[in-house]
Amino acid sequence: MQIALDHDRIFGALGDATRRDIVRRAIDGKEGVAELAAHYPMSFAAVQKHVAVLERAGLVTKHRIGRRKVVRTNLEGLRAARRLLDQYEKLWRERVERMTQLISESRKETDR
Amino acid sequence: MTVTGITKDPATRMMTLDAEFDATADRVWQLWADPRQLERWWGPPTYPATVDAHDLRPGGRVEYHMTGPEGNQPRGYWEIDEVEPPHRLVFRDGFANEDGTPNTELPMATARVTIQELGGGKTRMTIEHEFPTVEAMEQVVAMGMEEGLKQAVGQIDAILAEDPIEAEGPR
Repeated sequence: MQIALDHDRIFGALGDATRRDIVRRAIDGKEGVAELAAHYPMSFAAVQKHVAVLERAGLVTKHRIGRRKVVRTNLEGLRAARRLLDQYEKLWRERVERMTQLISESRKETDR
Repeated sequence: MTVTGITKDPATRMMTLDAEFDATADRVWQLWADPRQLERWWGPPTYPATVDAHDLRPGGRVEYHMTGPEGNQPRGYWEIDEVEPPHRLVFRDGFANEDGTPNTELPMATARVTIQELGGGKTRMTIEHEFPTVEAMEQVVAMGMEEGLKQAVGQIDAILAEDPIEAEGPR
């Protein structure tokens, strides 16, 4: 459940519509926090907080371009998130498959 | 396919899974009540589970660790709330630190397992997973079942599809 810990942070970060939108916009990596903040009907501080959550989850990074600091989406992080989520979607179905397997094995033993 | 249905209700923060087995309720109960059987299905083949403690009584605990491909051993535990063999098991599922103490930073999910014979040699098992808060549901293992996460996935897919060459190429 090493996975769970990463998953935890990443999906906590992506569980918010504004943050998902920031991730989408920051793919270009051209805007700083102030420019990003202009897209949303909320304060600079609120957007800054969202960016910080994404940064902690490894979904965006900040880069210096000249005197400016821009926010850039970590695409590898996104792909990792996608893979983790797929794993969790399968988790319980796979457990049930293993349960079924165990039951059929024990039935064969009884039949013997 | 033995999973007969999965429903997700973000409003009640609940995921319900139904499965049917060609077995008696007693047999299905053993999957939970016998630690040796539990460890054969709880963890994926790449992270096999070992049950270290298994006290299936109200107030009791089940403790386990899993062994990852690199030898890492994440730990988890259940706190048992209700036990009615072979029909009902209610527990809270949490993560533990390396020394086995509960990791209180990660919220616990409640799992309710109901096992019912349907006749004709079939038994239905229903698992309800309930999360204390929306945040917990998003955080924990909601296991990708929650609607918001589905949307996130859709958006991630859209993001990844937008312009992968430019995104991946040198700048």
